[in-house]
Amino acid sequence: MIKFLSQLGRYFLLLKKVFSKPEKPSVYYKQTMHELVFLGLNSIGIVTIVSFFMGAVITLQTAYNTENPIYPTYLIGLGTRDSILLEFSSTIVALILAGKMGSNIASEIGTMRVTEQIDALEIMGVNSASYLILPKMIATLFFNPFLTIISINVGILGGWLAGTAAGVITSEDYIYGIQYAFIPYYIVYSLIKTVFFAFIITSVSAFHGYYVDGGSLEVGRASTRAVVHSSILILLFNVILTQLLLS
Amino acid sequence: MIRVKNINKSFDDKKVLDDVSVSFEPGKTNLIIGRSGSGKTVLLKAIVGLHNVDSGEIWYEDVLFNKLGFEEMKEIRKQMGMLFQGSALFDSLTVEQNVRFPLDMFTKKSLEEKTERVNFCLNRVNIIDANKLFPSELSGGMKKRVAIARAISLNPRYLFCDEPNSGLDPLTAILIDDLIKEITEEFSMTTIVNTHDMNSVMEIGEKIVFINEGVICWEGSKDEILKSDCAILNDFVFANALAKQLRESGK
Repeated sequence: MIKFLSQLGRYFLLLKKVFSKPEKPSVYYKQTMHELVFLGLNSIGIVTIVSFFMGAVITLQTAYNTENPIYPTYLIGLGTRDSILLEFSSTIVALILAGKMGSNIASEIGTMRVTEQIDALEIMGVNSASYLILPKMIATLFFNPFLTIISINVGILGGWLAGTAAGVITSEDYIYGIQYAFIPYYIVYSLIKTVFFAFIITSVSAFHGYYVDGGSLEVGRASTRAVVHSSILILLFNVILTQLLLS
Repeated sequence: MIRVKNINKSFDDKKVLDDVSVSFEPGKTNLIIGRSGSGKTVLLKAIVGLHNVDSGEIWYEDVLFNKLGFEEMKEIRKQMGMLFQGSALFDSLTVEQNVRFPLDMFTKKSLEEKTERVNFCLNRVNIIDANKLFPSELSGGMKKRVAIARAISLNPRYLFCDEPNSGLDPLTAILIDDLIKEITEEFSMTTIVNTHDMNSVMEIGEKIVFINEGVICWEGSKDEILKSDCAILNDFVFANALAKQLRESGK
Protein backbone atom coordinates (compact mmCIF):
# COMPACT_ATOMS: atom_id res chain seq x y z
CA MET A 1 0.00 0.00 0.00
CA ILE A 2 2.86 2.39 0.92
CA LYS A 3 4.59 1.51 -2.34
CA PHE A 4 1.39 2.22 -4.28
CA LEU A 5 0.93 5.61 -2.59
CA SER A 6 4.57 6.46 -3.16
CA GLN A 7 4.23 5.61 -6.87
CA LEU A 8 1.02 7.65 -7.06
CA GLY A 9 2.83 10.60 -5.49
CA ARG A 10 5.67 10.29 -8.00
CA TYR A 11 3.13 10.15 -10.83
CA PHE A 12 1.50 13.42 -9.77
CA LEU A 13 4.87 15.08 -9.17
CA LEU A 14 5.85 14.07 -12.69
CA LEU A 15 2.62 15.56 -14.04
CA LYS A 16 3.38 18.80 -12.19
CA LYS A 17 6.78 18.89 -13.90
CA VAL A 18 5.20 18.08 -17.26
CA PHE A 19 2.73 20.96 -17.04
CA SER A 20 5.25 23.61 -16.03
CA LYS A 21 6.00 26.48 -18.41
CA PRO A 22 7.88 25.32 -21.54
CA GLU A 23 11.38 26.76 -22.04
CA LYS A 24 10.79 27.64 -25.66
CA PRO A 25 7.28 27.13 -27.09
CA SER A 26 8.53 27.03 -30.71
CA VAL A 27 10.68 23.96 -29.94
CA TYR A 28 7.75 22.30 -28.19
CA TYR A 29 5.53 23.08 -31.18
CA LYS A 30 7.96 21.33 -33.55
CA GLN A 31 8.19 18.39 -31.20
CA THR A 32 4.39 18.18 -31.01
CA MET A 33 4.16 18.12 -34.82
CA HIS A 34 6.71 15.30 -34.86
CA GLU A 35 4.69 13.34 -32.28
CA LEU A 36 1.48 13.91 -34.25
CA VAL A 37 3.08 12.08 -37.13
CA PHE A 38 4.92 9.50 -35.06
CA LEU A 39 2.16 8.57 -32.62
CA GLY A 40 -0.94 9.76 -34.47
CA LEU A 41 -0.61 9.30 -38.22
CA ASN A 42 1.37 6.10 -37.77
CA SER A 43 -1.54 4.61 -35.84
CA ILE A 44 -4.10 5.11 -38.61
CA GLY A 45 -3.11 1.83 -40.27
CA ILE A 46 -3.65 -0.43 -37.29
CA VAL A 47 -6.85 1.38 -36.25
CA THR A 48 -8.24 1.05 -39.77
CA ILE A 49 -7.44 -2.65 -40.10
CA VAL A 50 -8.72 -3.59 -36.65
CA SER A 51 -11.85 -1.46 -36.99
CA PHE A 52 -12.71 -2.87 -40.41
CA PHE A 53 -12.54 -6.48 -39.28
CA MET A 54 -14.19 -5.83 -35.92
CA GLY A 55 -17.06 -4.05 -37.69
CA ALA A 56 -17.37 -7.03 -40.01
CA VAL A 57 -17.39 -9.53 -37.15
CA ILE A 58 -19.86 -7.51 -35.07
CA THR A 59 -22.29 -7.47 -38.03
CA LEU A 60 -21.95 -11.20 -38.68
CA GLN A 61 -22.22 -12.09 -34.97
CA THR A 62 -25.29 -9.89 -34.55
CA ALA A 63 -26.86 -11.41 -37.65
CA TYR A 64 -26.27 -15.02 -36.57
CA ASN A 65 -27.46 -14.36 -33.01
CA THR A 66 -30.65 -12.58 -34.01
CA GLU A 67 -31.72 -14.96 -36.73
CA ASN A 68 -35.41 -14.75 -35.95
CA PRO A 69 -38.32 -13.70 -38.18
CA ILE A 70 -39.73 -11.36 -35.53
CA TYR A 71 -36.55 -9.24 -35.53
CA PRO A 72 -36.31 -6.81 -38.45
CA THR A 73 -32.94 -7.21 -40.17
CA TYR A 74 -32.16 -3.50 -40.00
CA LEU A 75 -31.52 -4.10 -36.28
CA ILE A 76 -28.24 -5.72 -37.35
CA GLY A 77 -27.11 -2.33 -38.66
CA LEU A 78 -28.34 -0.61 -35.52
CA GLY A 79 -26.55 -3.14 -33.30
CA THR A 80 -23.32 -2.76 -35.22
CA ARG A 81 -23.51 1.04 -35.08
CA ASP A 82 -24.17 1.19 -31.34
CA SER A 83 -21.54 -1.43 -30.47
CA ILE A 84 -18.95 0.47 -32.46
CA LEU A 85 -20.01 3.90 -31.19
CA LEU A 86 -20.42 3.03 -27.53
CA GLU A 87 -17.61 0.61 -26.87
CA PHE A 88 -15.49 -0.53 -29.73
CA SER A 89 -14.13 2.69 -31.25
CA SER A 90 -13.36 4.29 -27.91
CA THR A 91 -12.51 1.49 -25.47
CA ILE A 92 -11.24 -1.37 -27.61
CA VAL A 93 -9.28 0.95 -29.88
CA ALA A 94 -7.84 2.61 -26.75
CA LEU A 95 -6.71 -0.80 -25.50
CA ILE A 96 -5.06 -1.47 -28.84
CA LEU A 97 -3.42 1.95 -28.77
CA ALA A 98 -2.26 1.32 -25.19
CA GLY A 99 -0.30 -1.58 -26.65
CA LYS A 100 1.08 0.34 -29.60
CA MET A 101 1.57 3.86 -28.27
CA GLY A 102 2.11 2.85 -24.65
CA SER A 103 4.97 0.44 -25.29
CA ASN A 104 6.42 2.90 -27.78
CA ILE A 105 6.39 5.82 -25.33
CA ALA A 106 7.68 3.80 -22.37
CA SER A 107 10.49 2.19 -24.32
CA GLU A 108 11.54 5.45 -26.01
CA ILE A 109 11.69 7.44 -22.78
CA GLY A 110 13.09 4.47 -20.84
CA THR A 111 15.92 4.04 -23.35
CA MET A 112 16.66 7.75 -23.09
CA ARG A 113 16.85 7.33 -19.31
CA VAL A 114 19.26 4.38 -19.31
CA THR A 115 21.48 5.92 -21.98
CA GLU A 116 21.70 9.17 -19.95
CA GLN A 117 19.97 11.24 -22.65
CA ILE A 118 17.51 12.51 -20.02
CA ASP A 119 20.43 13.46 -17.77
CA ALA A 120 21.93 15.31 -20.74
CA LEU A 121 18.71 17.31 -21.12
CA GLU A 122 18.67 18.13 -17.41
CA ILE A 123 22.30 19.27 -17.48
CA MET A 124 21.48 21.65 -20.32
CA GLY A 125 18.80 23.21 -18.12
CA VAL A 126 15.89 21.67 -20.05
CA ASN A 127 12.85 20.43 -18.13
CA SER A 128 13.18 16.89 -19.48
CA ALA A 129 9.77 15.72 -18.28
CA SER A 130 7.98 18.55 -19.98
CA TYR A 131 10.07 18.42 -23.16
CA LEU A 132 9.64 14.67 -23.61
CA ILE A 133 6.10 14.10 -22.35
CA LEU A 134 4.04 17.24 -23.00
CA PRO A 135 4.29 17.08 -26.83
CA LYS A 136 3.27 13.41 -26.76
CA MET A 137 0.34 14.24 -24.51
CA ILE A 138 -0.86 17.13 -26.69
CA ALA A 139 -0.45 15.03 -29.83
CA THR A 140 -2.49 12.10 -28.52
CA LEU A 141 -5.16 14.26 -26.88
CA PHE A 142 -5.59 16.06 -30.18
CA PHE A 143 -5.25 13.15 -32.58
CA ASN A 144 -6.88 10.19 -30.82
CA PRO A 145 -10.40 11.63 -31.28
CA PHE A 146 -9.69 11.62 -35.04
CA LEU A 147 -8.61 8.00 -34.76
CA THR A 148 -11.91 7.26 -33.01
CA ILE A 149 -13.87 8.96 -35.80
CA ILE A 150 -11.90 6.99 -38.40
CA SER A 151 -12.55 3.81 -36.42
CA ILE A 152 -16.31 4.47 -36.25
CA ASN A 153 -16.55 5.06 -40.00
CA VAL A 154 -14.32 2.17 -41.01
CA GLY A 155 -16.04 -0.18 -38.54
CA ILE A 156 -19.47 0.63 -39.92
CA LEU A 157 -18.13 0.27 -43.47
CA GLY A 158 -16.61 -3.12 -42.58
CA GLY A 159 -19.93 -4.25 -41.18
CA TRP A 160 -21.77 -3.18 -44.31
CA LEU A 161 -19.31 -4.95 -46.64
CA ALA A 162 -19.26 -8.15 -44.58
CA GLY A 163 -23.03 -8.17 -44.03
CA THR A 164 -23.92 -7.66 -47.67
CA ALA A 165 -21.16 -9.98 -48.95
CA ALA A 166 -22.30 -12.77 -46.61
CA GLY A 167 -25.90 -12.14 -47.57
CA VAL A 168 -27.09 -11.70 -43.96
CA ILE A 169 -28.48 -8.20 -44.60
CA THR A 170 -29.32 -6.10 -47.61
CA SER A 171 -27.52 -2.86 -48.24
CA GLU A 172 -30.77 -0.88 -47.79
CA ASP A 173 -31.58 -2.51 -44.44
CA TYR A 174 -28.06 -1.94 -43.14
CA ILE A 175 -28.08 1.74 -44.11
CA TYR A 176 -31.57 2.15 -42.65
CA GLY A 177 -30.38 0.40 -39.45
CA ILE A 178 -27.36 2.60 -38.91
CA GLN A 179 -29.59 5.68 -39.24
CA TYR A 180 -32.42 4.32 -37.12
CA ALA A 181 -32.90 5.85 -33.61
CA PHE A 182 -29.54 7.54 -33.88
CA ILE A 183 -28.49 9.45 -30.75
CA PRO A 184 -25.78 12.02 -31.65
CA TYR A 185 -24.72 12.22 -27.99
CA TYR A 186 -23.17 8.76 -28.35
CA ILE A 187 -20.48 10.32 -30.54
CA VAL A 188 -19.78 12.95 -27.88
CA TYR A 189 -19.67 10.19 -25.25
CA SER A 190 -17.22 8.21 -27.35
CA LEU A 191 -14.96 11.21 -27.95
CA ILE A 192 -14.94 12.21 -24.26
CA LYS A 193 -13.85 8.70 -23.35
CA THR A 194 -11.18 8.80 -26.05
CA VAL A 195 -9.67 11.98 -24.60
CA PHE A 196 -9.51 10.47 -21.10
CA PHE A 197 -8.00 7.27 -22.45
CA ALA A 198 -5.41 9.20 -24.49
CA PHE A 199 -4.32 10.98 -21.31
CA ILE A 200 -4.07 7.68 -19.44
CA ILE A 201 -2.05 5.99 -22.20
CA THR A 202 0.46 8.84 -22.52
CA SER A 203 0.90 9.78 -18.88
CA VAL A 204 1.07 6.26 -17.46
CA SER A 205 3.44 5.01 -20.16
CA ALA A 206 5.66 8.07 -19.88
CA PHE A 207 5.73 7.65 -16.09
CA HIS A 208 6.97 4.06 -16.40
CA GLY A 209 9.58 5.04 -18.97
CA TYR A 210 10.77 8.14 -17.15
CA TYR A 211 11.53 6.33 -13.91
CA VAL A 212 13.28 3.29 -15.39
CA ASP A 213 16.24 2.30 -13.28
CA GLY A 214 18.70 -0.19 -14.69
CA GLY A 215 19.42 -1.43 -18.21
CA SER A 216 17.70 -2.72 -21.31
CA LEU A 217 15.97 -5.50 -19.38
CA GLU A 218 14.30 -2.90 -17.17
CA VAL A 219 13.22 -0.91 -20.22
CA GLY A 220 11.40 -4.01 -21.50
CA ARG A 221 9.76 -4.56 -18.12
CA ALA A 222 8.74 -0.90 -17.89
CA SER A 223 7.23 -1.16 -21.34
CA THR A 224 5.17 -4.19 -20.31
CA ARG A 225 4.08 -2.49 -17.07
CA ALA A 226 3.06 0.58 -19.06
CA VAL A 227 0.75 -1.45 -21.30
CA VAL A 228 -0.73 -3.48 -18.43
CA HIS A 229 -1.33 -0.50 -16.15
CA SER A 230 -2.72 1.67 -18.96
CA SER A 231 -5.10 -1.10 -20.00
CA ILE A 232 -6.36 -1.66 -16.46
CA LEU A 233 -6.90 2.07 -15.95
CA ILE A 234 -8.70 2.35 -19.29
CA LEU A 235 -11.10 -0.41 -18.25
CA LEU A 236 -11.62 1.16 -14.82
CA PHE A 237 -12.27 4.63 -16.24
CA ASN A 238 -14.54 3.11 -18.88
CA VAL A 239 -16.85 1.99 -16.08
CA ILE A 240 -16.64 5.31 -14.25
CA LEU A 241 -17.15 7.43 -17.38
CA THR A 242 -20.01 5.26 -18.62
CA GLN A 243 -21.78 5.68 -15.29
CA LEU A 244 -21.14 9.44 -15.29
CA LEU A 245 -21.97 10.12 -18.92
CA LEU A 246 -24.82 7.73 -19.66
CA SER A 247 -26.70 7.50 -16.36
CA MET B 1 35.44 27.92 -8.45
CA ILE B 2 33.39 24.84 -7.60
CA ARG B 3 33.55 23.81 -3.96
CA VAL B 4 32.11 20.75 -2.30
CA LYS B 5 31.74 20.81 1.49
CA ASN B 6 31.13 17.78 3.69
CA ILE B 7 28.77 15.99 1.33
CA ASN B 8 27.33 12.62 2.18
CA LYS B 9 25.34 10.34 -0.08
CA SER B 10 23.90 6.89 0.54
CA PHE B 11 21.85 4.53 -1.59
CA ASP B 12 19.65 2.55 0.80
CA ASP B 13 22.11 1.39 3.48
CA LYS B 14 25.22 1.75 1.33
CA LYS B 15 27.22 4.91 1.96
CA VAL B 16 28.75 6.03 -1.33
CA LEU B 17 30.15 9.46 -0.39
CA ASP B 18 31.44 9.98 3.12
CA ASP B 19 32.01 13.58 4.23
CA VAL B 20 33.59 14.63 0.95
CA SER B 21 35.11 18.11 0.82
CA VAL B 22 37.09 19.31 -2.17
CA SER B 23 37.52 22.39 -4.34
CA PHE B 24 38.15 22.46 -8.08
CA GLU B 25 40.42 25.07 -9.57
CA PRO B 26 38.91 27.52 -12.08
CA GLY B 27 40.21 27.50 -15.63
CA LYS B 28 41.98 24.18 -15.14
CA THR B 29 41.47 20.52 -15.89
CA ASN B 30 40.57 18.88 -12.59
CA LEU B 31 40.55 15.11 -12.44
CA ILE B 32 38.66 12.82 -10.09
CA ILE B 33 40.34 9.44 -10.15
CA GLY B 34 39.58 6.20 -8.39
CA ARG B 35 38.74 2.55 -8.90
CA SER B 36 35.43 1.44 -10.37
CA GLY B 37 32.77 1.73 -7.68
CA SER B 38 34.78 4.19 -5.62
CA GLY B 39 32.07 6.86 -5.85
CA LYS B 40 33.56 9.18 -8.45
CA THR B 41 30.55 9.12 -10.80
CA VAL B 42 28.20 9.72 -7.87
CA LEU B 43 30.40 12.64 -6.80
CA LEU B 44 30.35 14.11 -10.31
CA LYS B 45 26.58 13.64 -10.63
CA ALA B 46 26.11 15.21 -7.20
CA ILE B 47 28.17 18.21 -8.29
CA VAL B 48 25.99 18.76 -11.37
CA GLY B 49 22.79 18.13 -9.41
CA LEU B 50 21.75 14.85 -10.99
CA HIS B 51 21.96 13.19 -7.56
CA ASN B 52 20.61 14.93 -4.49
CA VAL B 53 23.07 14.71 -1.60
CA ASP B 54 21.93 13.64 1.87
CA SER B 55 23.87 16.46 3.53
CA GLY B 56 26.60 18.97 2.72
CA GLU B 57 27.01 21.90 0.36
CA ILE B 58 27.93 22.36 -3.30
CA TRP B 59 29.00 25.86 -4.24
CA TYR B 60 29.36 27.38 -7.71
CA GLU B 61 31.32 30.57 -7.03
CA ASP B 62 29.16 32.15 -4.30
CA VAL B 63 25.93 30.28 -5.12
CA LEU B 64 24.87 27.38 -2.93
CA PHE B 65 23.83 25.14 -5.82
CA ASN B 66 22.27 22.17 -4.03
CA LYS B 67 19.79 24.35 -2.14
CA LEU B 68 18.43 26.04 -5.26
CA GLY B 69 14.95 25.36 -6.59
CA PHE B 70 14.40 23.71 -9.97
CA GLU B 71 14.09 26.97 -11.91
CA GLU B 72 17.10 28.65 -10.22
CA MET B 73 19.17 25.51 -10.74
CA LYS B 74 18.34 25.68 -14.45
CA GLU B 75 20.10 29.04 -14.71
CA ILE B 76 23.36 27.55 -13.37
CA ARG B 77 22.91 24.48 -15.53
CA LYS B 78 22.82 26.62 -18.66
CA GLN B 79 26.46 27.40 -17.86
CA MET B 80 27.37 23.71 -17.76
CA GLY B 81 28.38 21.32 -20.47
CA MET B 82 28.70 17.62 -19.85
CA LEU B 83 30.25 14.72 -21.69
CA PHE B 84 28.64 11.47 -20.57
CA GLN B 85 30.26 8.05 -20.48
CA GLY B 86 28.07 6.79 -23.32
CA SER B 87 28.05 10.19 -25.07
CA ALA B 88 24.26 10.54 -24.53
CA LEU B 89 23.63 11.96 -28.00
CA PHE B 90 19.96 12.15 -28.92
CA ASP B 91 19.32 9.13 -31.16
CA SER B 92 16.52 10.74 -33.13
CA LEU B 93 18.55 13.83 -34.08
CA THR B 94 21.37 14.20 -36.59
CA VAL B 95 24.84 15.35 -35.55
CA GLU B 96 23.98 18.90 -36.56
CA GLN B 97 20.65 18.86 -34.71
CA ASN B 98 22.33 17.44 -31.60
CA VAL B 99 24.88 20.27 -31.48
CA ARG B 100 22.23 22.84 -32.37
CA PHE B 101 19.81 21.62 -29.69
CA PRO B 102 21.06 23.87 -26.82
CA LEU B 103 21.12 26.81 -29.23
CA ASP B 104 17.53 26.10 -30.33
CA MET B 105 16.46 25.84 -26.73
CA PHE B 106 18.17 28.83 -25.17
CA THR B 107 19.10 31.39 -27.81
CA LYS B 108 17.23 33.66 -30.17
CA LYS B 109 19.83 33.34 -32.93
CA SER B 110 18.75 32.94 -36.54
CA LEU B 111 19.14 29.57 -38.24
CA GLU B 112 22.19 30.88 -40.15
CA GLU B 113 23.86 32.02 -36.94
CA LYS B 114 23.11 28.76 -35.23
CA THR B 115 24.42 26.74 -38.18
CA GLU B 116 27.58 28.82 -38.17
CA ARG B 117 28.09 28.11 -34.46
CA VAL B 118 27.37 24.39 -34.97
CA ASN B 119 29.93 24.19 -37.76
CA PHE B 120 32.47 26.06 -35.64
CA CYS B 121 31.99 23.62 -32.74
CA LEU B 122 32.13 20.58 -35.03
CA ASN B 123 35.26 21.87 -36.76
CA ARG B 124 36.80 22.51 -33.36
CA VAL B 125 36.45 18.83 -32.49
CA ASN B 126 37.52 17.75 -35.99
CA ILE B 127 34.18 16.42 -37.14
CA ILE B 128 33.95 17.19 -40.83
CA ASP B 129 31.12 16.32 -43.27
CA ALA B 130 29.12 14.43 -40.68
CA ASN B 131 26.37 17.00 -40.06
CA LYS B 132 23.61 14.87 -41.53
CA LEU B 133 24.64 11.58 -39.94
CA PHE B 134 22.76 10.05 -37.02
CA PRO B 135 24.56 8.94 -33.82
CA SER B 136 24.10 5.28 -34.77
CA GLU B 137 26.24 5.91 -37.85
CA LEU B 138 29.21 7.25 -35.84
CA SER B 139 32.17 5.49 -34.23
CA GLY B 140 32.71 5.68 -30.46
CA GLY B 141 35.39 8.36 -30.78
CA MET B 142 33.24 10.45 -33.13
CA LYS B 143 30.30 10.23 -30.72
CA LYS B 144 32.49 11.57 -27.92
CA ARG B 145 33.70 14.43 -30.10
CA VAL B 146 30.16 15.34 -31.16
CA ALA B 147 29.14 15.23 -27.49
CA ILE B 148 32.00 17.64 -26.70
CA ALA B 149 30.86 19.90 -29.55
CA ARG B 150 27.33 19.89 -28.10
CA ALA B 151 28.68 20.56 -24.60
CA ILE B 152 30.60 23.65 -25.74
CA SER B 153 27.97 25.04 -28.13
CA LEU B 154 26.68 27.53 -25.52
CA ASN B 155 30.16 28.54 -24.33
CA PRO B 156 29.78 27.02 -20.87
CA ARG B 157 31.80 28.09 -17.84
CA TYR B 158 31.99 24.56 -16.52
CA LEU B 159 32.70 21.33 -18.39
CA PHE B 160 32.12 17.93 -16.80
CA CYS B 161 33.36 14.69 -18.36
CA ASP B 162 32.38 11.28 -17.03
CA GLU B 163 34.88 8.64 -18.15
CA PRO B 164 35.58 10.33 -21.50
CA ASN B 165 37.93 7.53 -22.60
CA SER B 166 35.83 4.52 -21.76
CA GLY B 167 35.53 2.14 -24.68
CA LEU B 168 38.09 3.97 -26.83
CA ASP B 169 41.39 2.72 -28.21
CA PRO B 170 44.52 4.32 -26.67
CA LEU B 171 45.19 6.68 -29.58
CA THR B 172 41.60 7.94 -29.76
CA ALA B 173 41.62 8.26 -25.97
CA ILE B 174 44.65 10.55 -26.16
CA LEU B 175 42.94 12.61 -28.88
CA ILE B 176 39.88 13.08 -26.67
CA ASP B 177 42.09 13.97 -23.67
CA ASP B 178 44.01 16.53 -25.69
CA LEU B 179 40.78 17.98 -27.00
CA ILE B 180 39.37 18.39 -23.49
CA LYS B 181 42.54 20.11 -22.32
CA GLU B 182 42.75 22.39 -25.35
CA ILE B 183 39.10 23.41 -25.05
CA THR B 184 39.47 24.06 -21.32
CA GLU B 185 42.37 26.42 -21.97
CA GLU B 186 40.87 28.02 -25.08
CA PHE B 187 37.52 28.87 -23.47
CA SER B 188 38.86 29.33 -19.88
CA MET B 189 36.47 26.75 -18.51
CA THR B 190 36.58 24.94 -15.21
CA THR B 191 36.71 21.30 -16.23
CA ILE B 192 36.17 18.27 -14.04
CA VAL B 193 37.02 14.90 -15.56
CA ASN B 194 36.12 11.61 -13.97
CA THR B 195 38.51 8.84 -14.98
CA HIS B 196 40.38 5.74 -13.95
CA ASP B 197 42.75 6.01 -16.89
CA MET B 198 46.29 6.83 -15.74
CA ASN B 199 47.20 8.01 -19.25
CA SER B 200 44.62 10.78 -18.85
CA VAL B 201 46.06 11.67 -15.48
CA MET B 202 49.53 12.13 -16.92
CA GLU B 203 48.30 13.82 -20.12
CA ILE B 204 45.85 16.40 -18.87
CA GLY B 205 45.64 16.39 -15.07
CA GLU B 206 46.34 19.76 -13.48
CA LYS B 207 44.61 19.10 -10.19
CA ILE B 208 43.99 15.49 -9.25
CA VAL B 209 41.65 14.19 -6.57
CA PHE B 210 41.82 10.53 -5.60
CA ILE B 211 38.68 8.98 -4.16
CA ASN B 212 38.48 5.57 -2.53
CA GLU B 213 35.35 3.97 -1.07
CA GLY B 214 33.60 7.34 -1.00
CA VAL B 215 36.40 9.16 0.82
CA ILE B 216 38.85 11.67 -0.65
CA CYS B 217 42.23 10.12 0.11
CA TRP B 218 44.60 12.37 -1.74
CA GLU B 219 44.78 15.67 -3.69
CA GLY B 220 47.65 17.09 -5.68
CA SER B 221 49.23 17.62 -9.09
CA LYS B 222 50.38 15.03 -11.64
CA ASP B 223 54.00 15.57 -10.59
CA GLU B 224 53.16 14.89 -6.97
CA ILE B 225 51.12 11.78 -7.71
CA LEU B 226 54.19 9.73 -8.60
CA LYS B 227 55.91 10.62 -5.34
CA SER B 228 52.95 10.15 -3.03
CA ASP B 229 53.19 8.18 0.21
CA CYS B 230 49.54 7.20 0.07
CA ALA B 231 49.57 3.40 -0.21
CA ILE B 232 46.08 3.06 -1.69
CA LEU B 233 46.89 5.69 -4.30
CA ASN B 234 50.17 3.96 -5.17
CA ASP B 235 48.35 0.66 -5.60
CA PHE B 236 46.02 2.40 -8.06
CA VAL B 237 48.66 4.42 -9.92
CA PHE B 238 51.14 1.58 -10.26
CA ALA B 239 48.59 -1.13 -10.89
CA ASN B 240 49.86 -2.28 -14.28
CA ALA B 241 53.03 -4.29 -14.80
CA LEU B 242 54.83 -1.61 -16.83
CA ALA B 243 54.23 1.07 -14.19
CA LYS B 244 55.40 -1.33 -11.47
CA GLN B 245 58.62 -2.09 -13.38
CA LEU B 246 59.29 1.60 -13.98
CA ARG B 247 58.75 2.37 -10.32
CA GLU B 248 61.02 -0.47 -9.19
CA SER B 249 63.72 0.62 -11.62
CA GLY B 250 63.46 4.13 -10.16
CA LYS B 251 62.38 5.81 -13.38
